[in-house]
Amino acid sequence: MIEIEVLGNKDTRSGFGEGLLEVGKKNKDVVALCADLTGSLKMDAFQKECSDRFFQVGIAEANMIGMAAGMTVGGKIPYTGTFANFSTGRVYDQIRQAIAYSKKNVKICASHAGLTLGEDGATHQILEDIGMMKMLPNMTVIVPCDFNQTKQATIAIADHKGPVYLRFGRPVMPIFVKPDAQFVIGKADTIIEGSDVTIIACGHLVWKSIEAAKVLEAQGISVELINMHTIKPLDKEAILKSVAKTRCVVTAEEHMINGGLGDSVAQVLIQNDLVPQEFVGVNDSFGESGTPMELMTKYGIDTQNVVDAALKVIQRKK
Amino acid sequence: MDTIELQKIASQVRRDIVRMVSAVNSGHPGGSLGCTDFLTVLYFDQMNHNAANFTMNAINEDVFYLSNGHISPVWYSVLARSGYFPAAELGTFRKLSTRLQGHPSTDKNLPGIRMASGSLGQGLSNALGTCQTKKLNGDKSIVYTLHGDGELQEGQIWEAAMYASANKVDNIISTIDYNGRQIDGDVEDVLSLGNLSQKWQAFGWEVLSVDGHNIDELKAILSKARTMTGNGKPIVIIMKTEMGQGVDYMVGSHKWHGVAPNAQQLEIALNQLEETLGDY
Repeated sequence: MIEIEVLGNKDTRSGFGEGLLEVGKKNKDVVALCADLTGSLKMDAFQKECSDRFFQVGIAEANMIGMAAGMTVGGKIPYTGTFANFSTGRVYDQIRQAIAYSKKNVKICASHAGLTLGEDGATHQILEDIGMMKMLPNMTVIVPCDFNQTKQATIAIADHKGPVYLRFGRPVMPIFVKPDAQFVIGKADTIIEGSDVTIIACGHLVWKSIEAAKVLEAQGISVELINMHTIKPLDKEAILKSVAKTRCVVTAEEHMINGGLGDSVAQVLIQNDLVPQEFVGVNDSFGESGTPMELMTKYGIDTQNVVDAALKVIQRKK
Repeated sequence: MDTIELQKIASQVRRDIVRMVSAVNSGHPGGSLGCTDFLTVLYFDQMNHNAANFTMNAINEDVFYLSNGHISPVWYSVLARSGYFPAAELGTFRKLSTRLQGHPSTDKNLPGIRMASGSLGQGLSNALGTCQTKKLNGDKSIVYTLHGDGELQEGQIWEAAMYASANKVDNIISTIDYNGRQIDGDVEDVLSLGNLSQKWQAFGWEVLSVDGHNIDELKAILSKARTMTGNGKPIVIIMKTEMGQGVDYMVGSHKWHGVAPNAQQLEIALNQLEETLGDY
């Protein structure tokens, strides 16, 4: 019987806000920059308590990214904060040249990622950011699954020397990672152990996959669920160890199927242990206005989609 | 440093530039020659820097960012002649596995370089970040930048310009290579900058101007700019220059923006530039 204790309900962006405050108090080299979204990113507490190290840049994301890169010269650890769309697509060239290529110790913290930004619609719902960021050499890409993990990741990345993309979101979701859990970059968490199918998920789809695992369990199917919070560097060992047992994989993410977590997992499987894989993600489409949960259903990244993909992939291995 | 000495260094730097680009039949001699006098004065007379012990963090050192990264030949030559790395390495410019990439990078750890540049319009933002870090660190040093005039067509420059004055970033001295040329022709024809001095003033900057080929004037204006730091306003120097300065057939033409001289043209150029410090 799958038992995952729900510890509460919160948005992952609030985990970022709490983590930033904590790491900022602990490490005086941490500085934060924001492009006119301090409230949305929950950076208010840091702004108030570490005011000399908070930099409001206005609606000028290119300048924010460029400044963050420059702030590392002299030893600071800049955290930039804006929506995921404006953290990546709008400033890709700035990130590419001044952060990734220049190997600067900048933490690009991106909120409101994916469809679950909701009513603002497709202009703001970026579904390509994981792909863009994972393609950049030197970039570490992290997509934590809940409030606690986002907080832990926010704190952990200060100790990782090098560029990091940290992706989180807006909706209130269940909290199930223990508050004292250790976050290790590049080391996946196996949340449920099982034998019939491996589900590898990141971000909000980890909770959806927990729900799916329960549905599948009721049908007599044993799911192994891996929370792949680090997309790059990818924990290949965890993937291969699990598929050795289950012989099939479902990947689940709030992102385009093209260029996301699923692609990265598929590369590992093709080169090492070719087992069937099904992809839960958005299929080459922009989003639209709607509530987060309505959008997840309409665009095929809901609990039922994970269930269906698991049943299909189990059939394929026979 | 004595003006005669600076002129000698500048002559050698110009020789280095034309030899570097000619050797690989690529690179950007025009803007490099146009900024030679400025960078020579900056590195040999003005900046407080430690060539022998380069550190990325530049604590208590002045920092320079080349925002118009395509004029890397002049920067590489000035860095080498300042002692950041052996002048012989200039011979590897743009060749496979070189530390002297076509556009400046930190990727191969070339001493003297703290940020990649080449994609235009970004250096001012980078510099402002370092300015703020220096303030947090209680470091009184200055951050310098150089920008092409065509580069000012990039929007990010003006995001940064707005930020600097609004936040009283007063430990920066930016310079503009105002040669009026860009790849497609005259800046005035491609996309006019209008009244550049008034634009910077309207963005809240102290604006100075100088003849970018008069060493005495360059020394004087940079010294004056330094005395003006710490007064709550960012400073920009508009430097009137000629693309291709020092080589008669290149002067004033955008055609030598990104074209290297052939062997015969190189010989003509070298005959106009005295070898003062020994060729690499």
